[in-house]
Amino acid sequence: MINYFKEIAVGFYSLLAGMAVTIRYFVKPIVTVQYPRQKITMTPRYRGYPQLIIDSETGTHRCIACEMCSRICPSQLITVEGTKFPGEKQKRATKYLHEHYYCSFCGLCTEACPTTALEYSKEYRLAGFHREDFVFDHLVLLQKRQQAAGLPMTPVPTAADIAAAEAAEAAAKEAKAKAAEKPKAEKAPAEEVKE
Amino acid sequence: MIEYDIEEKTYTLNLGPQHPSTHGVLRVLLEMEGEFITKAEPVIGYGHRAHEHMAENRNYLQFLPNMGRVDYLHALAFNQGYCMAVEKLIGVTVPERAEFIRVITAELNRVSSHLVWLGAYLLDLGAFTPILYSFDDRENLLDLLDRVTGSRLTYCYYRPGGVPTDIDEEFITGTRAFIKRLRTRFADYDNLVTKNVIFINRTKDVGLITKDQCVKYGLTGPFLRGSGIPYDIRKSEPYSAYPLFDFEIPIGEKGDILDRYVVRVKEMEQSLRIIEQALDKLPNGPIMAEKVPKRIKPAEGEVYQAVETARGEFGCYIVSQGDVKPYRIKLRVPSFANLSILPELAVDTLVADLVAILGSVDVVVPEIDR
Amino acid sequence: MEMLAQFLGTEGARMIVGLVGVIALVSVNALFLIWMERKVAAHMQLRPGPMEVGPHGAIQTVADALKLMGKELITPDEVDKPIFWLAPIVVFLPVLLSFLVVPFSSTWIIKDMNVGIVLILAFSTLSVLAILMAGWASNNKYAVFGAIRSVAQNIAYEIPLLITVMSIILMVGSFKLSDIVAAQSQYWFVLLQPLAFILFIICATAETNRAPFDLPEAESELVAGFHTEYSGMRFALFFLAEYTNMFIASAVATVLFLGGWHGPFLPGVIWFLLKVYALIFLMMWFRWTFPRVRFDQLLNFAWKILIPLAFANLLITALVLKLR
Repeated sequence: MINYFKEIAVGFYSLLAGMAVTIRYFVKPIVTVQYPRQKITMTPRYRGYPQLIIDSETGTHRCIACEMCSRICPSQLITVEGTKFPGEKQKRATKYLHEHYYCSFCGLCTEACPTTALEYSKEYRLAGFHREDFVFDHLVLLQKRQQAAGLPMTPVPTAADIAAAEAAEAAAKEAKAKAAEKPKAEKAPAEEVKE
Repeated sequence: MIEYDIEEKTYTLNLGPQHPSTHGVLRVLLEMEGEFITKAEPVIGYGHRAHEHMAENRNYLQFLPNMGRVDYLHALAFNQGYCMAVEKLIGVTVPERAEFIRVITAELNRVSSHLVWLGAYLLDLGAFTPILYSFDDRENLLDLLDRVTGSRLTYCYYRPGGVPTDIDEEFITGTRAFIKRLRTRFADYDNLVTKNVIFINRTKDVGLITKDQCVKYGLTGPFLRGSGIPYDIRKSEPYSAYPLFDFEIPIGEKGDILDRYVVRVKEMEQSLRIIEQALDKLPNGPIMAEKVPKRIKPAEGEVYQAVETARGEFGCYIVSQGDVKPYRIKLRVPSFANLSILPELAVDTLVADLVAILGSVDVVVPEIDR
Repeated sequence: MEMLAQFLGTEGARMIVGLVGVIALVSVNALFLIWMERKVAAHMQLRPGPMEVGPHGAIQTVADALKLMGKELITPDEVDKPIFWLAPIVVFLPVLLSFLVVPFSSTWIIKDMNVGIVLILAFSTLSVLAILMAGWASNNKYAVFGAIRSVAQNIAYEIPLLITVMSIILMVGSFKLSDIVAAQSQYWFVLLQPLAFILFIICATAETNRAPFDLPEAESELVAGFHTEYSGMRFALFFLAEYTNMFIASAVATVLFLGGWHGPFLPGVIWFLLKVYALIFLMMWFRWTFPRVRFDQLLNFAWKILIPLAFANLLITALVLKLR
């Protein structure tokens, strides 16, 4: 009998203790962020989609179109094309497409990049009506960011530019090849003589 | 109206795949007599994404992001298990600082996983408020992990050979502050949940599992420890930097839901202890092993590496045939084994009990389906 | 008013005006209570709750109600159609009628019947019938579960409820609600009968199917219980009935234990509503704190704890009254 009443009393007390907790929280200030009105700044390492870094010296991107990123990508979603423009030592990206809807934010592309041309964007509000909205052309995005930063825009090479550059490249190659051939041609008979 | 066959004494009830308390897309086919269950049969596979098959088609580094998706709640332990298996395969030792960072982040992740479970479980039992308190704590924790790993849920942080980015001073002070905060919150959880008479009545002597049953079904994690077997891979097959720390394995007495609950809450406290010690002893040095090849191409062979996740033993078994891609990866996931005991536990219980038992298994359905 | 009085006689005019007032009160009250519930829940859970529509989201529920009215009324193929359609109405009507006898103040009472308390208790039982109809007609296993649970629960909790009410009736010697309030002009009965008050609140929570006794609609077990198959305005009627039931249960508790309209300074109606909403806040507080009890534990609790305690309370009351 005593046990019966004791159980009721203990149980009742435990319920009151629980209610004390909730009423204490009832008067505490709220902790949630009122999203469209308030926003949180992303942490420095927040991994958004990868984007091209604007180099502080040259004011443009550092991509050399080596395709390391597109090869390491688990979802094979990066398309990079590049051409060597006349008067430049290395190739330069002419097309950098990122099919963001496949991206799993693993960050392997930014780690693989030999020139550290990629960084993570801090953009998290991504919503759209079409799948095509999420095919990011990074060269265009770069232009927008350059515009916002007040830097001169890096022009996106047009097909004609690429063709011209390729032609120039081919011409230069040919000239080089010819230049290499000439001494060969001169040397060849000499070798024959030796034999 | 449908005409029923009156001869039949039992009927079938579909619990799921879209049911508020099956935590994802688990379906339990119940054979019922009144409100008592005579037979329960879990139906799985609704979330099958062929992770193991994907592994065969991509190289070792490319498979890494998949690990965060197998068990999204304790993703870092899965990261760790996979990375350690690959490290074993290519014979790389991880620098000490990287091991410490791994332990700290994995334990933080374990706490966050248990916090989700705590809230979701109480939601199963009908209490709405605890989940928001535990998520409040968890948000603080995720902010910390976000600072280090760059993401809040599906982490892809460890790499074979170490970790890619170092932790900073702000993370360390933040973690210490979080530990302090969570310890004060445990008192509230106690008053709100653990001591509550309704909660105790719902969980005491429900879903009893004996030690024999545990061993028979291959259960691991809090399930096994709740039944009184002190088996924890962090102690029994020590890996990473765990042997350097002093911590206990909490065990239950009877093996009912209440014991499992208590084990999990105590485990959170132990995790906080480990993190504190690791922060105190944190050595300086590199965070990435030097000899990790850029293109991982291990020799022929096979390895198995087990780690303790929040739900039990996760084992990663890799067979290599000397290619850049693994020949086969088998993931031994804890929830799958833990769920297998459900048909036996569910017999002769009420639907409300089944929900309570299912919640106490702490299933992560994508992990079962893989 | 006067024209109506000439036409229908004072009693008839009172009924008409009262009914219009009651319908207005029921809808405004439900809209307010849903908003209040959401706010109370939100602040207990460290969040602000509805904030967008109106100041602090005050007319959010109006928007929700409009949305519910605009929704299609889905009648699934396999349901028992007449009963399925009837159930939302049956759940709502007795709730309206219960307002007939609630004394908001010494004058604000539609019909002061001499069996007022009996009438309210009788009507409150009718809602069980509606829930049974809804659950059975839905032809859904979860809904049947909810309905059967609801019946068992209501039968179990009706008994201690009646017994605790009886101990008050013994003290007053009248079933008339205004008499009961008038008897508390000096001190409230909660001071004389604290145990009866606690028992009554517990039973009222169970009667109105509120957490922790919300088994008929336990969403983690039964999805949505008896109203799983209802949509649109039909669902809204169940919702409306639930919140109005809460109001009535609290009003009865106020009349029986908290001295009805008695209170200093403010007019009686304000005092009455203040007390009612304080009790409703208490019930919300329960809901957002406790886990749900299991079905067999619920019945055990009623038969093993509530009923014996209620009987003991009744006996002690009778004894004290006799000895005095």
